[in-house]
Amino acid sequence: MIMNSLYYQKKLSRNVGDKFFTSLSVFCALIAILPLIFVVTYILIKGGAQITPELFTLEPNPPGDDLDAGGINPALIGTLVITTIASIISIPVGVGGGIYLAEYSNGGPFSKFIRFGVNVLAGVPSIIAGVFIYALIVSTKILFGSMYSGLAGGMALSILMLPTVIKTTDEGLKLVPNELRYASLGIGASMYTTILKITLPTAFRSIATGVVLGIARAAGETAPLIFTALFSYYYIVGFEDLFYEMGSLAVLIYNFALEPYDAQNKLAWAASFILVISILTVNIFSRILAAFTEKTKRV
Amino acid sequence: MEEKLTLFKNRKRFGIEKNIDLIFKNTTLTLSSLVGIVLFGIILVVFFQSFESFSRYGLKFLVTSEWNPVKDEYGAFTAIYGTLVTSLLSLLITIPLGVGTAIFITEDFVPKFVREIVGSFVELLAAIPSVVLGLWAIFVMEPFFREFFVFLHKFFGWIPLFSSEPAGRNSLLAIIILVVMLLPIVTSIARDSLNQVPKKLRNASYGIGASRWKTIFSVILPAALSGIMAGVLLALGRAMGETMAVTMIIGNSNAFSWSLLSPGYTISSMLANQFGEADGSQVSSLFYAAFVLMILSLVVNIFAQWLVKKFSLKY
Repeated sequence: MIMNSLYYQKKLSRNVGDKFFTSLSVFCALIAILPLIFVVTYILIKGGAQITPELFTLEPNPPGDDLDAGGINPALIGTLVITTIASIISIPVGVGGGIYLAEYSNGGPFSKFIRFGVNVLAGVPSIIAGVFIYALIVSTKILFGSMYSGLAGGMALSILMLPTVIKTTDEGLKLVPNELRYASLGIGASMYTTILKITLPTAFRSIATGVVLGIARAAGETAPLIFTALFSYYYIVGFEDLFYEMGSLAVLIYNFALEPYDAQNKLAWAASFILVISILTVNIFSRILAAFTEKTKRV
Repeated sequence: MEEKLTLFKNRKRFGIEKNIDLIFKNTTLTLSSLVGIVLFGIILVVFFQSFESFSRYGLKFLVTSEWNPVKDEYGAFTAIYGTLVTSLLSLLITIPLGVGTAIFITEDFVPKFVREIVGSFVELLAAIPSVVLGLWAIFVMEPFFREFFVFLHKFFGWIPLFSSEPAGRNSLLAIIILVVMLLPIVTSIARDSLNQVPKKLRNASYGIGASRWKTIFSVILPAALSGIMAGVLLALGRAMGETMAVTMIIGNSNAFSWSLLSPGYTISSMLANQFGEADGSQVSSLFYAAFVLMILSLVVNIFAQWLVKKFSLKY
């Protein structure tokens, strides 16, 4: 008996229990990765099959008896335009705000409140951003009398991007060692020179990674666009198109997935393919970049 | 930081340089206060737009389920009930799955690179846009579960939750797709808080003879509980506000039903569906519903942040 207790006993209740829970946890992990594998496989197969050169150049045909659904050019360009607008608004505001939080604030109530606000804003449901912009811009026709417009859609997306950009800037700048700031101030640089020439460039890579991930996320957002940018079947040709309804990949997927016609459904799969592939590429690339940076830092 | 600022203040500078510096500082200050302005702006705008409906229906809006633009009668009970039921039930499924996965990633059952792959797979799942998940749910998930729902209704139909004939798009499907969307949130936050539990706690527990899972249940999980709870609350906030995938799969019906197998509604799917073509007092009622949704998610989010601050690990 004494000898036995030195060896691992399979049938002991604690060992059986351990085995059981270990397999349960492995089972959980398997279930957790299944959706990604399924979703990506289906999108690769169903969406990948639809990819043709015409897809990128044609307008989508309105749903109906047409067998040919056309392409997704307006939506593709629209997504680029709308996310660009969102970036133009949210990156300066977010980076500026992040600079204040990380460089100037000294943990007082104001900065505490702003950090709290950033977290709360990050938790605001995305459709609320759409509702807000609808009330503020679409229904009031404040933008030169235009109602639904790509510009309004970009603004709605910028609200969602703002917390991400501020947070990444704040955290990226906090990682910059204080010695760099001392050195810069010590040789006579002013505060803004120090920030613009020393701290911001040092933190550039981590900020850029966070911002790019934020843009990738915004590109897939649909809820804020469905009643701000709405949707359009027509090519985007000029600057003035910003003030009219604008299509986007995300809204195209939403609209066409619910159509009863097969041709439109296929177009939705194709758009998903392009959207998911680009978002996953950005994500994986930034992940590799981050891992690479960490490795070089350790050496 | 403060030391740096006093050093800086004592220096003598040219006026123009000082002014540029001041302008720069004030610009960043303004930009950062924009966050607060936007946040308050959202709350105020949504509140004032819902005022008409609010003064007409008061709190009755929350408990009646008639939504009739023709008769101009509005009540959001079905949508509010749908929001709460879908988010809470999906969370109930997600918590054990997510925490189990997080334990798998933080323990050493399998070599590290396998765990890292599982971890990044789960995080990549979070990057998939919800509208794409909705598309997938319509064309892949729904046919997959169809037989199962028939079975569920046949054998468990006596439970009110499964009492109706399974509809093509229903609340249960919405719950399942929500589980897929919440898993990455719960898993990654639970993983982070499990990782933060100091190693010496584990060693001490092993040292007095506890088995691995005894250690996990009695030492590690309690130590990480606050972080996990905060993650769960964040996921709850996310579930309540989730729009696209739910709208595409829940069936969008305002008829109230206890059964999960019949079509339902959530506040966000109601907004997504009706906002574009609503007019008159319907718009105001939709804003009221949006206001309810916003208050729900604000409360959950603020509570989550408070929880993090209050119970953050003391080791």
